[in-house]
Amino acid sequence: MSFSTVGMSASEIASKVRTGEVSALEVAQEHIDLIKQHDSLLNAYLHITEDLALRQAKRVDEKIKNGEDPGLLAGVPIGLKDNLATRGIATTCASQILKDWKPPYDATVLEKIYKSGAVAIGKTNLDEFAMGSSTENSSYVTTKNPYDLSRVPGGSSGGSAASVAARFTPLALGSDTGGSIRQPAALCGIVGVKPTYGMVSRYGLLAFASSLDQIGPFAHNVADAALLLKVISGHDDKDSTSLSVDLPDFTSQVGAPIDGLRVGIVTELIEGAAPEVRKAVLAAAGVLAASGAKVDHVSVPAVTYGLSAYYLIAPAEASSNLARYDGVRYGLRIEGQDMNETYVLSRTKGFGPEVKRRIMLGTFALSSGYYDAYYGRAQKVRTMIINSFAQAYENFDVLLSPTAPTTAFEIGAKAQDPLSMYLSDVCTIPTNLAGHPAMSVPYGLGENEMPIGVQVMAPALGEANMFRIAAAIESKAPAITRKVFWQ
Amino acid sequence: MVELSTVKPEEFIPGWEMVIGLEVHCELKTQTKLFCGCRNTFGAEPNTNVCPVCLGLPGSLPVINEKAVELAIRIGLSLNCEIIESIFHRKNYFYPDMPKDYQISQYERAINENGFLDLPITGKQVRIERAHIEEDTGKSTHLGGEGGRIHGATHSLVDYNRAGIPLVEIVSAPDLRSSDEAREYVAELRSILLSCGASDGKMEEGSLRVDANVSVRRSGSDQFGTRCEIKNLNSLRSLTRAIAYEARRQVELIESGGAVIQQTRHFNEDQGITSAMRSKEEAYDYRYFPEPDLVPLGFTSEQIEEIRSHIGMLPAQRRQRLLGFFEASPTESTYDQVVTAVSLSLDDLVVAAIESGADPRLALARATNEIAGEIERIDSVSSTNFAALVKLESEGKLSATQAKKVLSQMLETGSSPLEIAKSLGFEALDESATEEFLDQVISNSPSEWERFKLGEDQLSGFFVGQVMKLSRGKADGKVVTGLLQAKRAI
Repeated sequence: MSFSTVGMSASEIASKVRTGEVSALEVAQEHIDLIKQHDSLLNAYLHITEDLALRQAKRVDEKIKNGEDPGLLAGVPIGLKDNLATRGIATTCASQILKDWKPPYDATVLEKIYKSGAVAIGKTNLDEFAMGSSTENSSYVTTKNPYDLSRVPGGSSGGSAASVAARFTPLALGSDTGGSIRQPAALCGIVGVKPTYGMVSRYGLLAFASSLDQIGPFAHNVADAALLLKVISGHDDKDSTSLSVDLPDFTSQVGAPIDGLRVGIVTELIEGAAPEVRKAVLAAAGVLAASGAKVDHVSVPAVTYGLSAYYLIAPAEASSNLARYDGVRYGLRIEGQDMNETYVLSRTKGFGPEVKRRIMLGTFALSSGYYDAYYGRAQKVRTMIINSFAQAYENFDVLLSPTAPTTAFEIGAKAQDPLSMYLSDVCTIPTNLAGHPAMSVPYGLGENEMPIGVQVMAPALGEANMFRIAAAIESKAPAITRKVFWQ
Repeated sequence: MVELSTVKPEEFIPGWEMVIGLEVHCELKTQTKLFCGCRNTFGAEPNTNVCPVCLGLPGSLPVINEKAVELAIRIGLSLNCEIIESIFHRKNYFYPDMPKDYQISQYERAINENGFLDLPITGKQVRIERAHIEEDTGKSTHLGGEGGRIHGATHSLVDYNRAGIPLVEIVSAPDLRSSDEAREYVAELRSILLSCGASDGKMEEGSLRVDANVSVRRSGSDQFGTRCEIKNLNSLRSLTRAIAYEARRQVELIESGGAVIQQTRHFNEDQGITSAMRSKEEAYDYRYFPEPDLVPLGFTSEQIEEIRSHIGMLPAQRRQRLLGFFEASPTESTYDQVVTAVSLSLDDLVVAAIESGADPRLALARATNEIAGEIERIDSVSSTNFAALVKLESEGKLSATQAKKVLSQMLETGSSPLEIAKSLGFEALDESATEEFLDQVISNSPSEWERFKLGEDQLSGFFVGQVMKLSRGKADGKVVTGLLQAKRAI
């Protein structure tokens, strides 16, 4: 191999592997070596799945040798958030309670990417059970921002975002419950997509909040993200909430004209953002207008209640989803005098403070006598938000906002202040509550030389327009010239 | 096995009335579990019939079994319920036999609501509040303590084979007023569940389990007393005993100046008493909320009618069918036998026998007396063999005593009645052999024969008796009588 595949796009690697310019094994080995060399500083990975990766890469090479179709992602290295069940490989959710737990099955999305020839490089770090916005809540390590190791990569899919931003892998999978793909994508200067709820099977995603969770792609560019979404989307009989719809070809949207598409800048979401972020969103809007889109400001008043509703609904579901981690069947078990004490000791030792906080919040919100005032009312707000978006989408095809109110903050800056940490997701949460698709596209660097993300939102199943607009922004966005830590 | 309702309503303590509502858990007769593809069977090696879904492993998701929903609707239709668009809820509580530490059940908006069931003997209508779908839990075995209970146990074993088995919980209104009514209700409900094809109704295997809510009040009062819930009653006998004990306990408590505390109680079958498991203060807050992993269940009226068309004949229709073979106003005992035949699913057997020419009364009697007593052996008696037996008796070829003996062997061996009758020497003599015996008797008793010929009809019995004696009971009395008349006329 006379050239390096590090930093190449996924589609480029797949095409070079397919034509035999480079073997999948060489690609895998090169990326694994890079990670082994540099990840001790970044902490993107909880574990490297070298054996699996090399086995998968060899299989791709064999298929090519035998003239079989190696798949859309032939030989493309990919990082997997460690809340996706990997058969026989530790799946921890970055929690002590699942230390060393090895699922007996693969998540549906993994079956899909393996079939398409992707090569799983490792399991990436996250905030414990995906609860957090900085990856500081991992019980194992804190992931750093590849552009500045003193700053956070965002979260909860911080490991996956950092892996792609650091060129450790061209692709990664994350999960997004309130912004956990888009916010770290923005903070790390890459593309991150949360698809329409139900577009990607959740089977094998260790649940945080079932009605909000959705798996989605990280990539360096919109085309790669569309390619990965194409591979992982589609109905799954194992997930009752997965949709049975004909999906458009997302990849063909990249570079398609945007003439006449109506773009609304959400007033409420731009107001609270840092000036540099606001400036970037308006600049992106300007790019779209110059490319033929109709751009205007739009008020979506109910989005301001998103955060409050989210912090009742998500913890409520989490309190139930996380009940099974009780030390009886798998995971951490601290033996007590009796059954109750075993529960209490195992869970006290196994869960970190943020997870406990949310379990407490959720348990309270569902308690008899409080249900109507908290959970019940939050569901009403959720309906209001859906209606508010529906009104906006009567006049607009996509909506624009910041992905996060600020660029990446210093490690430790918000760790002691949960409320200010929660505010990191103020722009991303409303689309989770509505079940709509949204994505983050990089738009240059801010004053401290950290990346800024612009969020493109669309109504349910509006991915085609979303990708089209995101690609149009990407094509004119200022390049991120800064090098990552190891370059 | 199912015990029959033969006891008359007991005299409860004068001046007091019981108020009973029942929650019956019925395992649905599906091939697979409610939310996964594991087989729905009983008695497999512990923890062999499990998968990531019914073990509630992280990341697994439930997918509803359509057959279970169809059977649930059959139950609802058979109990005259409205079928509504329903949703699932999570019932949250920690217990080792609950793999997810929540149970997927229906809470608000159950699939079947507002039905009723008519009791066949008392004729009373019992309201059905709801019949909802839920998953069963695993099964805990507590070791080292007393009586298999968790208190004092040193360790517990859990078998998750039962986790995720589909159940329908049928909740009655508090309309029942005695333990006998409760028994009659469960017997009829069981019969309905069998008839509509939803359940195998095997109480001894736990496919039908009853929780009884019991309270007492002064006769004439329209207020409800504080209730206690007795959990997990596994037979009709336990049900009546537990209710009778519990109601008496409550009356004695109140009469001695105490008050009933709302609590969940356990019935100890050996001692015949109930004891407290947990009180209202210790009751779980189940934190119900809509199950986000499942979507609502909705049906068009065409779909519901399609399901209705698969429901077999229900007990009330079965009783009508059987009663059709009897006079317009059957005696109380005939009616009771019909109820018994239907509740033990013996009616098809009886009808088949009658339709092939057997005497209705005999067919019903043999089924509800002889077969009912050994109902667990019913499978060895084919309907052709039963019909043949009753016909042999109807035609006088077997006496009542002989028929009972033959039937008892049929239940034991499964052989045909003719074979058994032959081997027991019950085979009736043919007419010519009978005539030979008769001729012998006549020649031995010439004076009796003369008197008979002259009109002493009562001597007929003498001749029949003598022929029977000579033939060692193998002759058919009717044939002898016929021959006597013929010979006198010559």
